[in-house]
Amino acid sequence: MSSCKRVAGATGKTTLHIDPVTRIEGHLKAEVVVEGGKVVDAKLSGGMFRGFETILRGRDPRDSSQIVQRICGVCPTAHATASVMAQDAAMDTKVTTNGRITRNLIFGANYLQSHILHFYHLAAQDFVQGPDSAPFVPRYKNSDLLTDRNKGLAAVNAAAVDQYVEALTVRQVCHEMVAMFGGKMPHVQGIVAGGSSEIPTKERLIEYAARFDLVKKFVIEKYLPVVYLVGSQYKDLFAVGQGHRACIAYGVFPLNDAMTEFMLKPGVYYNGQDHALDPAQIHEDVKYSWFDDSTTGLHYSKGQTKPNPHKEGAYSFVKAPRYNGVACEVGPLARMWIENPPLSPIGQKALKEHFGLDAKRFRDLGEDAAFSLMGRHVARAEETWYMLDFIESWLKEVKPGEETYVKPEIPDTGVGTGFTEAPRGSLLHFLSIKDKKIDNYQIVSATLWNCNPRDDKGQRGPVEEALIGIPVPDIENPVNVARLIRAFDP
Amino acid sequence: MSLSRRDFVKLCTGTVAGMGISQMFHPSVCEAISGSLNGSRPPVLWVQGSGCTGCSVSLLNSVNPHIKDLLLDVISLEYHPTVMAWEGEPAMEHMYKIAEEYKGGFFLAVEGSIPVAADGKYCIIGEAHHKEISMVQAMKDLAPKAAAVLALGTCAAYGGIPAAEGSETGAMSVRDFFAQEGIATPVVNIPGCPPHPDWIVGTVVVALEAIKTHGLAAGLGEVVKLLDSEGRPTPFFGENIHDNCPYLPAFDDDKMCKTLSDKDGCRMEVGCKGPSTMADCYKRKWNNGINWCIDNAVCIGCVEPDFPDGKSPFYEM
Repeated sequence: MSSCKRVAGATGKTTLHIDPVTRIEGHLKAEVVVEGGKVVDAKLSGGMFRGFETILRGRDPRDSSQIVQRICGVCPTAHATASVMAQDAAMDTKVTTNGRITRNLIFGANYLQSHILHFYHLAAQDFVQGPDSAPFVPRYKNSDLLTDRNKGLAAVNAAAVDQYVEALTVRQVCHEMVAMFGGKMPHVQGIVAGGSSEIPTKERLIEYAARFDLVKKFVIEKYLPVVYLVGSQYKDLFAVGQGHRACIAYGVFPLNDAMTEFMLKPGVYYNGQDHALDPAQIHEDVKYSWFDDSTTGLHYSKGQTKPNPHKEGAYSFVKAPRYNGVACEVGPLARMWIENPPLSPIGQKALKEHFGLDAKRFRDLGEDAAFSLMGRHVARAEETWYMLDFIESWLKEVKPGEETYVKPEIPDTGVGTGFTEAPRGSLLHFLSIKDKKIDNYQIVSATLWNCNPRDDKGQRGPVEEALIGIPVPDIENPVNVARLIRAFDP
Repeated sequence: MSLSRRDFVKLCTGTVAGMGISQMFHPSVCEAISGSLNGSRPPVLWVQGSGCTGCSVSLLNSVNPHIKDLLLDVISLEYHPTVMAWEGEPAMEHMYKIAEEYKGGFFLAVEGSIPVAADGKYCIIGEAHHKEISMVQAMKDLAPKAAAVLALGTCAAYGGIPAAEGSETGAMSVRDFFAQEGIATPVVNIPGCPPHPDWIVGTVVVALEAIKTHGLAAGLGEVVKLLDSEGRPTPFFGENIHDNCPYLPAFDDDKMCKTLSDKDGCRMEVGCKGPSTMADCYKRKWNNGINWCIDNAVCIGCVEPDFPDGKSPFYEM
């Protein structure tokens, strides 16, 4: 069975289509050109447009946080958070300390869920061979999985499969933690403009903490070690997929009410240098996207959403955001690179053992290994570990019974932007209010940052660029292509 | 063991939260229903249209049976974009192959609505036989061959947010699409944004049980008898939230809560849509019985055909 559509060219180049790219959220197609066993060109195409931005127009501004959550069933809390932050700004509402911390507890539990889901249930089948029944088969015949790489690793493979099953329960438990102060999951009620709707009680916090302990144990004893164990068998994947080596983060999990300190700070990195985040530098191009050309190059606050599904030359429903013209990647790697926190003791030990690397902080991995296919999995796992202490600190800081909500007043006119970080990367929501209704609503999500097509200057998007050089020794089994894409959690 | 309609209704409606479903989906039930459709685990093809994957994520929260048992013992999930190992054109072609091989003997689960504008271009789900396949095309190809269609979530059941006012994609529900295309395959709507995992698993289990007892056509007939005028299984969607709400006594005493964080009183004056919503959330609760929307804030009526436009604004204060 042919793995992919193949179009062999006269020049020794082969074009592969992988559509759908599976085990992601949404509809994505990858078109890669392979020459000499490597990817030499790539195009990513987002195949779905729903039009949230036009659907939101004219509605009560407070409805937006409920509607935008339905953009993504994996990270609805991220969209809710960005939306209520935009609303708080537009309605000039000051959230209470307890409201801020309760939002962190809800969103933090979703982070844990999302990262565990991503590694085990979306990405792991790229490395580990599951049971021989649907939905784990069919799969690539020549898959380069752990079992193929080294027959002695059958036990490692089996342990990872066991963890896949255990992780199903752990992620359910994370959702229970979200639901405790968020009502239910997916799609929470508890994150609202003005704060959070559920005042934590002592009993609820004890229930949350008990579940958190279980999740923490899993992260430390299973998730983090297995990522390094798998990584040690795929050392070659630390050397590919670097892309533009440019990244951006908006800052997430505010640690003070002024929203000036964060668990993971905002910043931008490109051309080997750090820069302070200046939101004025964010624009979106649409030359290669199925949107009207009249809307290209706009700052998000002037953004317009005019679909043009049959536009000649375009190949995606994803717009192409750029920071000062640079295609930046977002996600755990971006956040960890910009914050540069200490690495876990497990990570430090594994890096020494398997790679001879004396690494204390994230940047000690070096640009080559950090900005790599496997580096992105390491970043996600290290971030999961890094946030454990913060969740514990919020549990200590939150005040049972203390108000979490301030009733917002909808102004006649107002403007606000909510900047946050979805587990998969930077997310902003822009809201303008006119006659107490939504006048314009614009969303720049993580998928837009990572999975965009070429910009007006013809520059590839971050995932497109990271695909360049990815090894495809067997065009019937281009397993590394989707491995690279999935490492971004698209 | 056998599960009659009466048992099913009793188990769904007559028990306290956290108990009924786990008894109903006792492992022996899973065992009993395997082999109910075609001698093995019934194939399920799960396609995603204009949606958010929230219905799939909600199903992953199934506690009893655990999602693992559901995937490995109850059904054979031959196509699911978010969990399957396979990818690309061969995955799509596998889906088409299964539909042909098990013609009339597989379930088609649909998540998300079907956008028909611009020749279906607003939702391309993959490639098969060197051609881009839109959600519209996939539905035309697969739905007539399915034994029954499960329209999962409010998008698939009624159009949902992708079909709300302001939408340009022509998104529509499975039922409306079938009416337009003259497709006669039976449809069971399991709305909710997302649907509760018990609603999905419960419906699948009762359908398989009925098919096992009565054969395919008569069994599906039994399932159809369970549906209300909106195509929803009445055991889950047969009762009004407000009429059964624990805050009803407060409403009767005219005691209303003042803000979204005020736990004292009925939520109606801050915008709760419980009075116009039919679902058993009030006793089933969410995420393993942890909480539910009304205890947390307000109901926004996400299981109803007029969600979101008819339920907007969600907050009134």
